[in-house]
Amino acid sequence: MFYRETGQFKTSYRTDQAVFPIKQDAIGIWVLLAILFIVVPLTFNDFWLNSIMIPTLIFSLAAIGLNLLLGYAGQISLGTGGFMGVGAYSCYKLTTIFPDVNILIPILLSGFVAAAVGVLFGIPSLRIKGFYLAIATLASQFFLVWAFGRIEWLYNYNPSGAIEVPTRRIFDIAVTGPHATSMTRYLIILSIVVVLTWVASNLVRGRIGRAWMAIRDMDIAAELIGIKLLQTKLTAFAISSYYAGVAGALMVFMWLGAAEVESFDINHSFLILFMVVIGGSGSLIGSFMGAAFIWVLPIFLRSAPDYIGLEIGAATVEHINFMVVGALIIFFLIVEPNGIARLWQIGKEKLRRWPFPY
Amino acid sequence: MNTAIAEIQPGKPILAMDHISLSFGGVKAIRDVSFDIRKGEIRAIIGPNGAGKTSLLNVINGFYHPQEGIINYKGAKRNDMKPYVAASQGIARTFQNVALFAGMSTLDNIMSGRMLKMKVALPWHIIRFGPAEREEIEHREFVEQIIDFLEIQAIRRTPVGRLPYGLQKRVELGRALAMEPELLLLDEPMAGMNLEEKEDMSRFVLDVNDQFGTTIALIEHDMGVVMDISDRVIVLDYGQKIADGTPDEVKNNQNVIDAYLGVAH
Ligand SMILES: Nc1ncnc2c1ncn2[C@@H]1O[C@H](COP(=O)(O)OP(=O)(O)OP(=O)(O)O)[C@@H](O)[C@H]1O
Ligand SMILES: [Mg+2]
Repeated sequence: MFYRETGQFKTSYRTDQAVFPIKQDAIGIWVLLAILFIVVPLTFNDFWLNSIMIPTLIFSLAAIGLNLLLGYAGQISLGTGGFMGVGAYSCYKLTTIFPDVNILIPILLSGFVAAAVGVLFGIPSLRIKGFYLAIATLASQFFLVWAFGRIEWLYNYNPSGAIEVPTRRIFDIAVTGPHATSMTRYLIILSIVVVLTWVASNLVRGRIGRAWMAIRDMDIAAELIGIKLLQTKLTAFAISSYYAGVAGALMVFMWLGAAEVESFDINHSFLILFMVVIGGSGSLIGSFMGAAFIWVLPIFLRSAPDYIGLEIGAATVEHINFMVVGALIIFFLIVEPNGIARLWQIGKEKLRRWPFPY
Repeated sequence: MNTAIAEIQPGKPILAMDHISLSFGGVKAIRDVSFDIRKGEIRAIIGPNGAGKTSLLNVINGFYHPQEGIINYKGAKRNDMKPYVAASQGIARTFQNVALFAGMSTLDNIMSGRMLKMKVALPWHIIRFGPAEREEIEHREFVEQIIDFLEIQAIRRTPVGRLPYGLQKRVELGRALAMEPELLLLDEPMAGMNLEEKEDMSRFVLDVNDQFGTTIALIEHDMGVVMDISDRVIVLDYGQKIADGTPDEVKNNQNVIDAYLGVAH
């Protein structure tokens, strides 16, 4: 079947405003979900689930969070790593205090703590923009990491300073801790990411998303059509940090199993930022593409030479990875600011006309 | 904030500016200007470059706060306010150098004009089903009428940053109309347009005034247009009001002729 929208007439504004107004896209997304929920668990081994699928999903969630703030609302943040930490430590404290509560609840609630912290550190965005805001959020990043290291209560006075994830069960099935299987964890993460992605797409398609984009594109005009800058920016910081917080909690509880201060350092903030830039700022699909790309590239570089019988040292692979990612960031910043997502869209537009040149 | 506002009858002043002065440091942009705008009229503001026309609109919609003078809006004295308060009181405007949301489509730009009328709270937007979606569709219907009115159906989905200047001006008018303003401020809506585009824009301005009863204050350099469409004209020069009256009165005013011909002061 050709990829076409001809003949698909929208008879109501409701269908016209759907997430995927073109039928082939809507079918495509259901097929993709079926693959992710059924085919992947049946066919992927532990290595694939643990090293590729799980981290890609978690980073995608964090990237969506940053994308809402940066790509939609136009407010830069270098504090993603710190906000992920707030989520992880909150989740740890919540499940320590309420050990019998279903672990999914602390995970989803920890996002609210991150949201509150995000709002607090988002307040400077009222007065400052761009580069200076980046520096202010950088300060929040350093402050948070400092707090994670210094406040012993946060890691239950553990002498090592690390948080270690306890085993938690849902219906007698271990979902966190050493007994939880990759497949269980993968399916839980996937479900959370799918739901939160759907929520993000709801937000950006409506009034909230338009208010964000308006202040991104021209804050003076935004104020003039009745948008309150303070409220809109802080909402963006709150929701963005919620996503980062949940991603941080998932990262520790459902992937790493333990974490210390370094797990939330500035490198993570940059990692997520690069995922947004390369994937496409202002695109939810781009967040997934960027996360997958940045996460999988080094794994690919490490294993590809083996397949073709080349011997390349681990250090060299690291360097190549840095160079490729660096070059791509520059490429996307200069040539295609809307990232891989835009290339994907251009590809689809070509496909819509194919095989006719016009 | 003064929101206790009366309903104004057509022909009565909706806005009265009383001895307004505005300066930026040493620059006196507006000097002791008084005038009114009557409900339902098209009021033109003309004058040479730098005369203070844009500054005057900025005062009206709360962007600049005059150092002196009193503003009466809809029968109540107005205090210094934020632009979004002016917006909520029914004042909409377009800018001299188009101030659209460049990354958003025509549709989204005009939809954003409905912002103040959309009330459904954040939690509903999270699930979208129900109230949020109903509200969205209701406003979409209104916006589609504006799109039809301005004849821009074909560019509904185009990001406005990619549109030619003339169409951007039209979309910007659309966004202002979406606010259903009582007082619409247009800053050089026809600047940089060719004759045909100017004719279209003049027709839209007249139709808005006629069909919706919207009061319009517009700044325009093209005298032909001003004389054709406006009811009354204010002439500014060096921040001062030098004439005020019907197009014919203003046209024959000696001060105006001097200002435009550049007679020394
Ligand atoms: N924000 C500002 N800061 C300092 N000076 C300003 C500011 N806005 C306007 N001015 C000055 O006020 C004076 C009037 O400017 P304004 O933009 O109102 O003129 P105008 O009549 O709209 O001119 P034009 O026809 O060129 O648009 C000018 O001398 C301008 O330099
Ligand atoms: Mg001007």
